[in-house]
Amino acid sequence: MAPKKNARESTPSAAASPVTKASPVVKSAPVSPKPSAGAASWDVVLQNIYNHYINETTQRTKLIDAFLVFLVTVGALQFLYCVLAGNYPFNAFLSGFSATVGQFVLAVSLRVQTNDTKSEFPSVSPERAFADFVVCSLILHVFCINFIN
Amino acid sequence: MAAKTQSPVMGVATAQSTRTLLRVVILSLIAGAAIASRLFSVIRFESIIHEFDPWFNFRATKYLVANGFYKFWDWFDDRTWHPLGRVTGGTLYPGLMVTSGAIYHFLKALTIPVDIRNICVLLAPACSGLTAIAAYLLTNEMTTSPSAGLLAAIFMGIAPGYISRSVAGSYDNEAIAIFLLVFTFYLWIKALKLGSMLWGALCALFYGYMVSSWGGYAFITCLLPLHAFVLICMGRYSTRLYVSYTTWYALGTLASMQIPFVGFLPVKTSEHMPALGIFGFLQLIGFIQYVRSAISGRQFQTFLVTVLIATFGLGVVALVGLTSMGVIAPWNGRFYSLWDTSYAKIHIPIIASVSEHQPTAWPAFFFDLSMLIWLFPAGVYLCFSDLRDEHVFVVVYSIFGSYFAGVMVRLMLTLTPIVCVAAAMAASHILDAYLLVDCPAEGAQPEATEKDSNKAKDGGLRSESKPYIGIFSNVSKMTVVTSMTVYLMMFVTHCTWVTSNAYSSPSVVLASRMPDGSQHIIDDYREAYQWLRQNTKEDAKIMSWWDYGYQIGGMADRPTLVDNNTWNNTHIATVGKAMSSNEEVSYEIMRQHEVDYVLVVFGGLLGYSGDDINKFLWMVRIAEGIWPDEVKERDFFTARGEYRVDGEATDTMKNSLMYKMSYYNYHTLFPPGQVVDRVRGSRLPDTGPVLNTVEEAFTSENWIIRIYKVKDLDNIGRDHTSAAAFERGQKKKKAAKKAGPRVLRVD
Repeated sequence: MAPKKNARESTPSAAASPVTKASPVVKSAPVSPKPSAGAASWDVVLQNIYNHYINETTQRTKLIDAFLVFLVTVGALQFLYCVLAGNYPFNAFLSGFSATVGQFVLAVSLRVQTNDTKSEFPSVSPERAFADFVVCSLILHVFCINFIN
Repeated sequence: MAAKTQSPVMGVATAQSTRTLLRVVILSLIAGAAIASRLFSVIRFESIIHEFDPWFNFRATKYLVANGFYKFWDWFDDRTWHPLGRVTGGTLYPGLMVTSGAIYHFLKALTIPVDIRNICVLLAPACSGLTAIAAYLLTNEMTTSPSAGLLAAIFMGIAPGYISRSVAGSYDNEAIAIFLLVFTFYLWIKALKLGSMLWGALCALFYGYMVSSWGGYAFITCLLPLHAFVLICMGRYSTRLYVSYTTWYALGTLASMQIPFVGFLPVKTSEHMPALGIFGFLQLIGFIQYVRSAISGRQFQTFLVTVLIATFGLGVVALVGLTSMGVIAPWNGRFYSLWDTSYAKIHIPIIASVSEHQPTAWPAFFFDLSMLIWLFPAGVYLCFSDLRDEHVFVVVYSIFGSYFAGVMVRLMLTLTPIVCVAAAMAASHILDAYLLVDCPAEGAQPEATEKDSNKAKDGGLRSESKPYIGIFSNVSKMTVVTSMTVYLMMFVTHCTWVTSNAYSSPSVVLASRMPDGSQHIIDDYREAYQWLRQNTKEDAKIMSWWDYGYQIGGMADRPTLVDNNTWNNTHIATVGKAMSSNEEVSYEIMRQHEVDYVLVVFGGLLGYSGDDINKFLWMVRIAEGIWPDEVKERDFFTARGEYRVDGEATDTMKNSLMYKMSYYNYHTLFPPGQVVDRVRGSRLPDTGPVLNTVEEAFTSENWIIRIYKVKDLDNIGRDHTSAAAFERGQKKKKAAKKAGPRVLRVD
C-alpha cells in the first residue's frame, strides 16, 4: 500500500500546501524581506504560488478546492488509522480510501474542465462537465458501497 | 470503398444519407460474414462444445442457469479435485457465464426458449460480429479515411488469428474477451481525445467487464499506463490525459476489485503496479503544470527540482523496497515466463507442458494473418508520419503485442486486433491515394496550363513546368487498385480456407475420410464418457491425466481428481506419480484417494498422436518435481537415452501403470509377431503386460479410451499380485514345501 500512498499523497499534500502551509509564510514574509538575489528560495516560491492562487482563482473553483482539501484530510486520516491500527478488514480500508482518492481525482477533473474549457476541451461545457462529474461519482460510490460489504 | 461511390446527380444531403446507409449495410454484411465463417464445425458435425476448457465453462453456465446467480457466486464444487473440492465462485472469471446466462433469460423472456447449449456454442460467433464493429469504431478514431474503418472491420471479422479462438463451439473466455478488449481500447481513445470523464467512466466499466471475463485484462492494465507514460515522455501531457486516465484508473480499479478472483490483486501484485505508478505520476505532473502557470521560470526550477526528485525517488524506493519485502507480490510464473522465456521450462513444467505456451514460428504469422502481416508495419509507419496521441497508442500496442505474440503462440490473439487496425490504415491509405486523390481541380488546371505556356515561353525546364505531383494517369491508378483488389480477394480466400481446414475441427470427435471420400467419424471420447455416465455409480471417482478433467466432469458427469484448472500442482503430481509408478505403489495412492476408475487415452491402434503415452514424460517430470527420490525421469529411458515402448523398453517403463494400462491385451488384436504401435511406429512383444490391481472395465471401439476399475481389497487379505497369480492358476512355487521364516502375529 505504501507506494500508493507515496505516489498519491505527496501530490495532495503538496496541493494543500498553498492553502494550509502558506499562512505562516505570509506572516513571516513582511518580517524578513529577503533580497533573494541568487536562486529563488523556497519561501518566495510558496508565497508567489499563494498570491497567484488568491488573485487568479474564481470563487467557484475555490469551493472545489475546499472540497479537495477536505478529501485529502479524510484520506490522510484513514491512512493514518490504517497504519496505526492495522488493515484487518482490508476491503473496508480500500473502499474508504479509494472513495476519497477517486472523488479527489474526479473533483480535480471537474476543476480542470470548468477552468480552461476553451483550449483543452472544446466539446465539454461546464454544465456537461458537472453532469459527467455526477455520473462518475455515482458509479464510484456504487462500487465503493458494494466493495465495503 | 463502396461508401465513396457518390453520384454527382444527388445533392449533398442525399449523398450523405446514402453513405450512411451503405455503411450500415456494409457493416451488417461484415458482421454476417464474421458469424457465417465460424459455423463450419457446426454445419459439418454438430452443435457441440469443442475443446477441453469450454467444457468447464459450459458446466458452470448450466449451473448458473439452473440455480440462479447467488448460488453460482457461492458455488463450492465438490465434484472436482476429489478430496479437496474447488471454490468455483472465487476461482473463475464469471463474465462469460453471466453473459450467456443473461442472453438465455432474455430470449426466454421474449418467449424464444433456446437451449443453453446452443447459446454457449453460438456465443463466440455472435461476439465476433460485435468485435468487427468495435474494430470499425476504433479505426475510425485513428484516421479520417472513410474506408479504413470498414476495412478494419472486415479484417477483424475474418482474420484466422482471431477465428482460431472463436469458432462456434469454442466457448472459451476469449470468445467474449476480444470484443471487450477492442471496445475498451476504443473507449479509451475516445476518452483521451475528448478528455471527457463520461467516456473515461465508460472505459472503466467495460474494463471491469473485461476483468470479469478474461485473465488477459492485465494486458490492458499494462498497456494504458504505458501509453500514458509514453505520451508524458514525449511532452504530450495534457489535462485531457489527466482527466481520462485518472477517471479510468480510479473507477476501473474499483470495478476490477469487485471480482472475487481478482480481489486485492490490483493493489498487491506487480502486474498492476505500472497503472498505479502512472496514476501517481500524473498527479505530480498535473500539480507541476499548475505551479508552472503560477510562478516565474526561475522559481519554478527550484520548485521542480525539489519536488520531482523527492517524490519520484521516494516512490521508486518504496516500490522496490515493498516488492523485496514481499508486501507487493512479485510477478507470477505465467506472467514472468513472458520475460524470461526459459523460466517455465526449468521451474514450472506444468506451464511449459501446454502446447500453446511455446514460442511462435514464422509461418504461423503468415498462416494466421496472411496479407495483414506485411501491411501491418506499413500501417505503423503511417502512424509515425502523422503522430497524434491515438497514433502513439497504435505504435505502443503494436510493439508490445508483437513481442508477446512472438513469445507465446496463444498471444497471437491479442496481436490480431492491432494488426487489423494498422493494416486497414495502410490499405486504405493506398486505396485513397489511388482512388480519391484525383487530378488537380478544374479551376487550377487552366492556370497551370497558362503557367506552362508562360514558362515554356521563358524557356524553363519541362520538369519545372509541372507544379502538380500526383497520380493522374488512369493506367497507374487501375494497376494499383486492381492489384490491391486481388490481394483483398486472396485474403478472403485464404481466411476461408484456413478456417475451414485448420480451425474448424472439434477435438471431441475425430473425423477421417474413407477412400471414397465419405466422412468417417471416430467418436470414442463420447462413447467412453457415455459409458461412464450410464454404467458407474453417481459418485465414482475417475482418475485421469488433467487434460481430460473438464471433459469427464462435463460429459461423464463424474467426480475427478485433477482437471485443467491446474491450481494444485502437488495433486497433479500425485496423479502423475500414480501413473508412472509400479502397481503396488500406485494402488496405495489410488486407495488413498478413493479412486474407482482410471481412464487412459491410447492412440496406438489408430495413430492418434495426442495420447497419454506421448504425454507420459510430462507426468514423470511433474511427479519428479515433488518426489525426486521415487520417480526418476532417467529410469524411463534406455541406456542409450531413447524413449521406447517396445521390447527394449526399460523395466521401470514396462512396470509403470500407464504402460500396462495402455498396452493391456493389445497384442490380442494382432497375429503373433505383428503387434505394432502406430503412433510410436514400433513393434511390440507378443506377450502383453499383466495387470493385478486393476481390471479392464471398458475399451472404446478404436481403443482410444480405456477405462479400468480399481479392484477392491482382496477378500482373504492377500496382496493383489498373489491373488491374481492364484486366479490365473499359477501355483505358488515351493511355497508349500519350504516353510518360510514366519514372524509372530501381532495383535
